[in-house]
Order: sequence, then structure tokens, then C-alpha cells
Amino acid sequence: MSLTHQDVARIAKLARINVSDDEIDAVGAQLNTIFDMIAKMQAIDTDGVEPMTHPQDSALRLREDIVTEPDRRDAFMAIAPQAEAGLFLVPKVIE
Amino acid sequence: MKWEVVIGLEVHVQLSTVSKIFSGASTAFGAEPNTQASAVELAYPGVLPVLNRAAVSRAIRLGLALGSNINRKNVFARKNYFYPDLPKGYQISQMDLPIVEGGHLTIQVGDEEKRIRVTRAHLEEDAGKSLHEDFHGMTGIDLNRAGTPLLEVVSEPDMRSGEEAVAYARTLHSLVTWLGICDGNMQEGSFRVDANVSVRPFGQAEFGTRCEIKNLNSFRFLEAAIQYEVQRQTELIEDGGRVVQETRLYDPDRGETRSMRSKEDAHDYRYFPDPDLLPVRISEAQIEAERIAMPELPSAMKGRFMSEYGLSAYDADLLTSSRELAAYFEEVARASGQGKLAANWVAGEIAARLNRAGLSIAACPLDAGRLAGLLARLVDNTISGKIAKDVFELMWESADSADAIIEAKGLRQITDSGAIESIVDEVIAANARSVEEFRAGKEKALNALVGQVMKASKGKANPAQALEILKKKLTA
Repeated sequence: MSLTHQDVARIAKLARINVSDDEIDAVGAQLNTIFDMIAKMQAIDTDGVEPMTHPQDSALRLREDIVTEPDRRDAFMAIAPQAEAGLFLVPKVIE
Repeated sequence: MKWEVVIGLEVHVQLSTVSKIFSGASTAFGAEPNTQASAVELAYPGVLPVLNRAAVSRAIRLGLALGSNINRKNVFARKNYFYPDLPKGYQISQMDLPIVEGGHLTIQVGDEEKRIRVTRAHLEEDAGKSLHEDFHGMTGIDLNRAGTPLLEVVSEPDMRSGEEAVAYARTLHSLVTWLGICDGNMQEGSFRVDANVSVRPFGQAEFGTRCEIKNLNSFRFLEAAIQYEVQRQTELIEDGGRVVQETRLYDPDRGETRSMRSKEDAHDYRYFPDPDLLPVRISEAQIEAERIAMPELPSAMKGRFMSEYGLSAYDADLLTSSRELAAYFEEVARASGQGKLAANWVAGEIAARLNRAGLSIAACPLDAGRLAGLLARLVDNTISGKIAKDVFELMWESADSADAIIEAKGLRQITDSGAIESIVDEVIAANARSVEEFRAGKEKALNALVGQVMKASKGKANPAQALEILKKKLTA
């Protein structure tokens, strides 16, 4: 599979990565080498092998339902670019 | 043309855990902004999610109640999108292997029962809240809600009217509160409904193009939004247009839905398994333990009320709408030995009074034992049905027993035939016209005379006895 100029632009946009027009070809070429490797892996016969979602074949450990986190708002707000009235402030985002 | 409505619902059930799904921060509602947002919700580098056992337990219980398959192995995935109330840049959710798959919910619409299939239910984290009030042209972010555990319950497109959709939502709402896995508080967003609505010509097999109406937080809005949307879509098609698949918002002030402006790539979430979380494994032992810990389910209790107390499907459905109401009814039914009568009073007088006072059954001033005492006096003919309603009113306002009120007010029914006879004699003497009419063959006149006897006895005469004696005297 080979990514087009448009595919790369779209992926970059979805990932919020600013890729300029002259960079797109180079990034596309790098992505295509990754896809080539995936294509090789796809060719391997995995019949009868249970699909894995994680390299380790173990189960998730769970925690008890208890409140353990204290309120550390002041500490978090102190290093936020902007905060007011207990809220983090960000550029306006109405869709 | 006749149109058929097709509806599927997605319900976000907020699970009633005390801590978040992936951290030990509190989930209590109404706290000062950002005081319950830990480094995990803030997406600090290096932090890792650790799954809350109670969220898994609650999901299993709903799955068992719906007769679903509990996936012994289920997997968390990342749903990627950028929005400031989701600092990680992805929501942890489940995609290919949700915890609950399949199952169904039986709803009651009028006299009809209908089975609505459930596609799946998956665990995920809630996002924070964006406040768009003016902070110098900026948006305020509160991450207290971020990381609150949600179970998203997705139905098949099995509903064919707004009424069915509301019945499904109500039934699911009473089930999750019954199981104690959700507090059910819709104002606080604990139970949020998205409706997928489409229309098609009757008899057509393929579905029409659907629209998704987001975030309906009351049953009334759900019904109104569907009604509006169905009308909008049918008019659009009849005018030669076509429905565009999109997300719409319901505006309760205008009573209409409107399109949410969305970017063309808004739905490209690029899901992939979350490498921070191993697969969740659920053992047979845990499923059995959850099953044993669960209360009798409303559907089972409904069936039992019908067979054990002879209730109609409608009454049994109403009385099993909440666990507290069902327990109250059953206590009255057992203490009085009168299932049907208890159902009539609980679904009738009690429900009406609670509704008028805006109270829930848990706050009912008349406890089940006292109500059973009243029904016992009705059954043994100490008082008539009419007097029972008066006694009920007095009991509602006081802590007295039915017996105490009946004695104190002298409301005992007159069953002494001698006493009734003398009242009947007076009534016959004073109502010559009605007597005349009855003798002339007008049966209705007899009712008027019984009414007079009841009036003269201040409602205390036994009406059946009064009728008997009247008939005997008039035809003698």
C-alpha cells in the first residue's frame, strides 16, 4: 500500500501535526516504509494463533474502589499557562 | 405515503462508584471545579491508568440482568480526538471486545410486551466539561467529571415509535437503579440518551438514513426530540429532499433539533488497543459471585406478582418500576393478604398522593403496615370503600392507625340490620317520588334511594345490606 499526498495531509491534520507542503513527500515516504513492514507481517501465516492485543499474555490487575487522590488543584494550576476561578483556561473552542 | 419510524438508542449510564474508572480521584457530584481531577485525568506524563474493580462488577451485573454474553476477555482501546476537556487526546473506551455483548430488554407498551435487543455495553471514561461563558474570550475547563466510569449501552434499531423508545429508556433506567449500579439522576447527567432516528416507507426492508440526536437528559425531551425529528425527516423526503446522516442537538426551548456543525473528519477516531492496559479477564467464579449478589430482577418480580397476586401485566409493570415501590407493595400485600386490593391502592391512591406531593415512595408518610391495617378493615366490612378513602386521608396526615381513626371518628360501618332498617324506613317516607318511580318499574330509582340511605347514615351503612333491605321493603 502506498500513501498519497492527500492521505498524509489528512493523517497530519487528524494528529494535529503541522506538516508543511515540502515535508509531506518525505514524511509520506517514511510512513510507506512502515506500511511495507506491516505488509510483510501480514503475509505471515497466523492460522490458529489467538489474536493478541498486548505483547504480554497476562491479565489486567484491578484496584479497589476507594478514593486515594487528594485535591491538588492549586499545585496543578500553578504550572498551567492560564487559570481562573478554579478553571483551566484555553483558547475558545466552540464547534 | 405511510412511514415507519426506526429508532435505536445509545445510553450512557454513569456507574455509581466512589472513585474514577482509572484513578483514585473522587467522583462525588457538585465539588468545586478541578478539585477532583488527579494527574491521571490531567494526562500528566508518566501516569498510568489502573482499572476500578467496582466498574467491572457493575458492568457484569447489567450484562447478567440483560441476559447478555459477558466477554471473559475484554479489551480497552483508545478513541482518538482532540478537545480540551480530554487532555490525553484520546478517550479510553472499548471497541472490538466490549465487556457485554448481546442480550435484550423487555418493555411494556400499553398492554403489549416487546423485546428490544441490546447490541453491546462497553466501559469507558467520561470527558471533562467545557464552560463557554466569557473568560476574556477563553474557554474554562473543569476536569472533575473526566474519568467518571460510564457504561454505554447500545440497542439494536428495534423501536418503532417514540413511545417505545421512551419505554425502553425508562425500563433501562429502572433496571440500572434497581441493580444499584447507577444513581439514575438525570439532572446531574447520570443517565444520558442519544437517539438514532430514521424513517422508511412501510414494508421497505432497508433502513432509511439516520440522524443521531445527542445528549437527551429527560424522557420528555427524548419523546419530543424524536417526534420533531420524525416529522422533519418525513417532510424532507416528501418534498423531494433526502436525509443527510449527521449529529443533531435538541433545543428544549424551541422544541426542535438542529444540525451540529461538524468537521468532515470528526468521526475518524483511529481506534487501537490501549497499550497501557492489559486485557481484562473475568473468571467464572466472579460471574457467579455477581449473580448471587444481585437482587431479584424486575422482570422476574413482575412475573411473580402476576402469578402470585393475580395482577395484570400493566399493574405488575408499574409496581416493579422501582425496588422501593415493589417492596412497599409486597409488604402491604403480604400483611393484608390481599394482593389485588393492595395493588389497586398502591398504584392508585398512594401513587396519586405521592405524585401530588412530589414525594418518592421512600418518603411515603403512610408506611406499608398501616396501609395493610386499613385494607384489613375494608375487607372485613368494618368500613365501606368510601369511608376507607376518608380514613386514608386522615392516615396520610397523621401517624394514627386505621383502627384508631375508625374508633375515634365513629366510622364503623353499620351492619346491624335493625339500625339500617330504621334508616331505610325514614328514607322511604321522605322520598315518595323515588318510591313511586321504582314501583312503576324504574330500576334506577332504587340507586337514588340507596344513595339517600348512605347519605342519612353518613356513609356508614353497608351499601349491599341497604340495597337488600330497600328491595325487600319496597317489593313486600
